[in-house]
Amino acid sequence: MSRRIAEAPATGARVEVVGLSAAYGRRPVLHSVRLTVEPGGWLAIIGPNGSGKSTLLRSVLGVLHHQGQVRIDGVPTTGMPRRERARSLAYAPQIPVLPEGVTTADYVTLGRTPHRPLLAAPRAVDRRVVADVMARLGLETLADRQLATLSGGEQQRAVLARALAQQPRVLLLDEPTASLDLGHAQQVLDLVDRLRRQDGLTVVSTLHDLTLAGQYADRLALLSDGRIAAEGPPAEVLTAEALSAHYGARAQVLPGPHGPAVLPVRADDS
Amino acid sequence: MTATAGSGTRSRPGEPSASPRRRRPGLVLAGSGAALVLAVLAGVWVGALPLAPGAVVATLLDRLLGPLGIDVPGGLSGTQEAVLLELRLPRVLLAALVGGGLAVAGAAYQGVFRNPLADPYLLGAAAGAGLGATLVIAYSPVQSIGPVGIVPLAAFAGALLGVGCALVLGAVTGGSHGPTLLLAGIAVAAFLSAGQTLVQQRNTDDLREIYGWLLGQLGKAQWSDVLMVLPYLGIACGVLMLCGRALDVLAVGDDEASSLGVHPGRLRLLVIVAASLATASAVAVSGLIGFVGLVVPHIARRFVGGSNARLLPVSLLIGGAFLVLADIVARVVIAPAELPIGVVTAFVGAPFFAGLLWIGARHR
Repeated sequence: MSRRIAEAPATGARVEVVGLSAAYGRRPVLHSVRLTVEPGGWLAIIGPNGSGKSTLLRSVLGVLHHQGQVRIDGVPTTGMPRRERARSLAYAPQIPVLPEGVTTADYVTLGRTPHRPLLAAPRAVDRRVVADVMARLGLETLADRQLATLSGGEQQRAVLARALAQQPRVLLLDEPTASLDLGHAQQVLDLVDRLRRQDGLTVVSTLHDLTLAGQYADRLALLSDGRIAAEGPPAEVLTAEALSAHYGARAQVLPGPHGPAVLPVRADDS
Repeated sequence: MTATAGSGTRSRPGEPSASPRRRRPGLVLAGSGAALVLAVLAGVWVGALPLAPGAVVATLLDRLLGPLGIDVPGGLSGTQEAVLLELRLPRVLLAALVGGGLAVAGAAYQGVFRNPLADPYLLGAAAGAGLGATLVIAYSPVQSIGPVGIVPLAAFAGALLGVGCALVLGAVTGGSHGPTLLLAGIAVAAFLSAGQTLVQQRNTDDLREIYGWLLGQLGKAQWSDVLMVLPYLGIACGVLMLCGRALDVLAVGDDEASSLGVHPGRLRLLVIVAASLATASAVAVSGLIGFVGLVVPHIARRFVGGSNARLLPVSLLIGGAFLVLADIVARVVIAPAELPIGVVTAFVGAPFFAGLLWIGARHR
């Protein structure tokens, strides 16, 4: 059933974050964060606006200056050549920059960058991996379309395809559903989950939608003021008390078949 | 080609290179090359003294093959040959080099700043060159140092100095991020332009010469000019061509480029330095020719799309052809006098570009 990417070393890696602190200028954003994601696991980082979710993700990616260590299968990423790191970690930002006048196929091919000499044209193996990824994500018919002409959901799939063409062991997704309606959000998360199960990819994502986070991730980390306030299975992290304490929110948490669902409760008029 | 190992895969028709909606890149490249060759030939034929196309080709072949002991008959007469070899040919080749260099530099600037309005003069190259040229026209007691004219030297140095100031200011104020550098370039350019205006205002006797230089000129082109810019332009354009694919990666944003194994800061610096070197050498021998660096990349994009790997070589060829054609117009319109080439590029280029935009909008 599972259709593997050609030549894919696609098994997930263990991601360890140890004592990670980061700051924007003099303003500290993260305070010695400690996290572990098991191979093939899906950790969703949740937390109120400004709690440092994206900062944490970008620190793990290695594009932000930070203290502490990030280890991929025990190997620290600091000092790792950038191209080597790019063969382990793939990243899809919250608002991807979609270059103008570029076709979907060319865009997805950019994912092969860390695997081929930077000056050389894509090789046969690169084209094969790209064709495979695009077929898996149902993008074949959009190969020659300009990125700008795709719908929001199609663009999100193209960004995912670019990340998968990297043949990474860890997928870092910053708010993969930010600009999507509920149906398309579910489609993308279903897709990520299927890829994770088929290839054993490790997924670390930020998700602001708590119900979706509770349904799809197998572990949640609640970030509050740059610190991990709670970490564990969704049912343990998503509690009415935690939402009240860290979000200042009034909500009920309802148990569901795939994880807890969060129901906001309106304040009584008085 | 897409047959793969693994179960369930089969060959698919959606190969990236076989796009029905986009002209083949190789064909566009060949077409642009042919356009450049035709433009160069036209540039050699047309002028106050018309030269027969067949005789021109025969003379050139005779000159090229002469050392091999092959004589090609049917060449030009003595005077005509002198016009061809000492006036037309260096001028046309210089136009091709300058046009190509400015167009590639413009495409590279647009790529590196992810800004379609960027042009080669953006970071202070034009203002610096203008100040340098104005200073030596107004104050220099000598016309040349050795065989090299003092104005090209000062323009070259001024252009590099302007861009250098912008890079330093950008680095001090905001690191390697594009927007900060752009603003630094605007500040430097404004400062240097003010200096240039001041010098110009205090030396009104030299106004005509300074204006002539500012508007761009190819009329005094000599073989020494061609040989002087060739190495710099060659190196700069070579580096930029090699950076095309890396620029395509940079186009998706700094964080994503980093996550794909590219160093955005280093790449941006390399591309800016190479593009500025190309700009400075072009400006040194031809003055400030506007419009080519801004518009030619957009024309090229109409044919090959947004990929820098395809855009840069096509911009080089189209830029060369464009400036050679503009120079023909400059020579012919009010012959025997000449229009400043910078005026022609804008006069011909602007309506042409507007037309392209209009056609593009109708076909969208």
